[in-house]
Amino acid sequence: MLLFDFVTIRKESIIMRHLMSPLDFTVEELDQLFDLANDIENNMPKYAKMCEGKKLATCFYEPSTRTRLSFEAAMLNLGGSVIGFSDAASSSASKGESVSDTIRVISCFADICAMRHHKEGAPMVAAEKSSIPVINAGDGGHQHPTQTLTDLLTIRSLKGSLGNFTIGLCGDLKFGRTVHSLINALVRYPNVHFIFISPQELRVPDYITEMLREKNISYEEVIRLEEIMPRLDFLYMTRVQRERFFNEEDYVRLKDFYILNKEKMALAKQDMLVLHPLPRVNEISVEVDDDPRAAYFKQVQYGVYVRMALILTLLEYAKPTTPQE
Amino acid sequence: MLNVGKIEEGFVLDHIEAGKSLSIYHHLQLDKLDCTVAIIKNARSNKMGKKDILKVECDINTLDLDVLAFIDHNITVNVIKDGKIVDKKELALPKEIRNIIKCKNPRCITSIEQELPHIFILSDEKKEIYRCKYCEEKCGKRL
Repeated sequence: MLLFDFVTIRKESIIMRHLMSPLDFTVEELDQLFDLANDIENNMPKYAKMCEGKKLATCFYEPSTRTRLSFEAAMLNLGGSVIGFSDAASSSASKGESVSDTIRVISCFADICAMRHHKEGAPMVAAEKSSIPVINAGDGGHQHPTQTLTDLLTIRSLKGSLGNFTIGLCGDLKFGRTVHSLINALVRYPNVHFIFISPQELRVPDYITEMLREKNISYEEVIRLEEIMPRLDFLYMTRVQRERFFNEEDYVRLKDFYILNKEKMALAKQDMLVLHPLPRVNEISVEVDDDPRAAYFKQVQYGVYVRMALILTLLEYAKPTTPQE
Repeated sequence: MLNVGKIEEGFVLDHIEAGKSLSIYHHLQLDKLDCTVAIIKNARSNKMGKKDILKVECDINTLDLDVLAFIDHNITVNVIKDGKIVDKKELALPKEIRNIIKCKNPRCITSIEQELPHIFILSDEKKEIYRCKYCEEKCGKRL
């Protein structure tokens, strides 16, 4: 059953919506967004001209291929076009222009903006001054909401629901923003058990474990990946990111702490799924790619669907409606 | 025992934690006001053992209660008129504070964006924790 009523003329909204954090949407709104994303997945041609004449500005102050191309592919799939810049050096930021000024200018050129910035909170500053919807496409080590939406959509699409599973999060749990966002998003669903797998130095921050204790959500912290593999429904691998370290020595020491290979996969359930926000460096051995449980490339495809759904929702082409009997 | 005279109109900040009065003096920007200010340090207190007191002879409206509540919401604010206490203000932790403290996260946008106010939101009332509106960096309440 389709839950969306499409309109061809953009309606004036009383409150324009942006996306800064995955928690900006309620669980019900996320369900509607994911329903739309799944409908896009199954009926792509229906959406091919939905954003004709509309422009997405990709304002990337920090290098990113995957996220930027995913946004651009999403807008092109919808029949819209794309403008933007892919690093700060080619923007007016190099001349000292503020984020507030940049977004005011971009608002005159485009209908929606996806912004990545190395400074945390920059997209929020943009959203405060913008006259078009702004999507946070990653702000430093803070938030990366569209990755979280991608992760949630992947889990929901491949498992059928969000909730009632055990998820292992492995690698850099200290600096990994995707992990923090995903945990914050998953705590809203029932019976999710978290297992944090990391070296001592890259443990999940205290504020997250405090939050889990306060909400009475079960979690474990372990160092060895092998010992918990048989219990996992999902394994979310992460990269130890060089750019989050101030000290090169620490990075070199920790970067290869976990490598997922065939031997470790042999310990896992037959229907366990491996996710990764990518790019992968060497934390997942290439030999795992052919394992049917490796879902990280499907995840990339879901990223495009969810960004398409998000663009449609923020541009108000997709209006959630009450489901019909 | 040291005696400091009554004030006719203004306010008395009582039950200040001993040693904090000068910090409050500065944060309330009392140094910029052209009025009488008495700073009493380490006064005897039945409740606290030792406390500081500030007596300020000026209009109560010049006092930023949000700043004061952020610094210490246990401070008693007595409003004085014609030499008598006419009101006692209750202080509650403000939901939002603006430009009182600065975000110390070097990765925060507030570190580079021109004239962006430093705004902190009360995220945990029990633990008195504020977080930067932009980067969510934690800041303990105490200055």
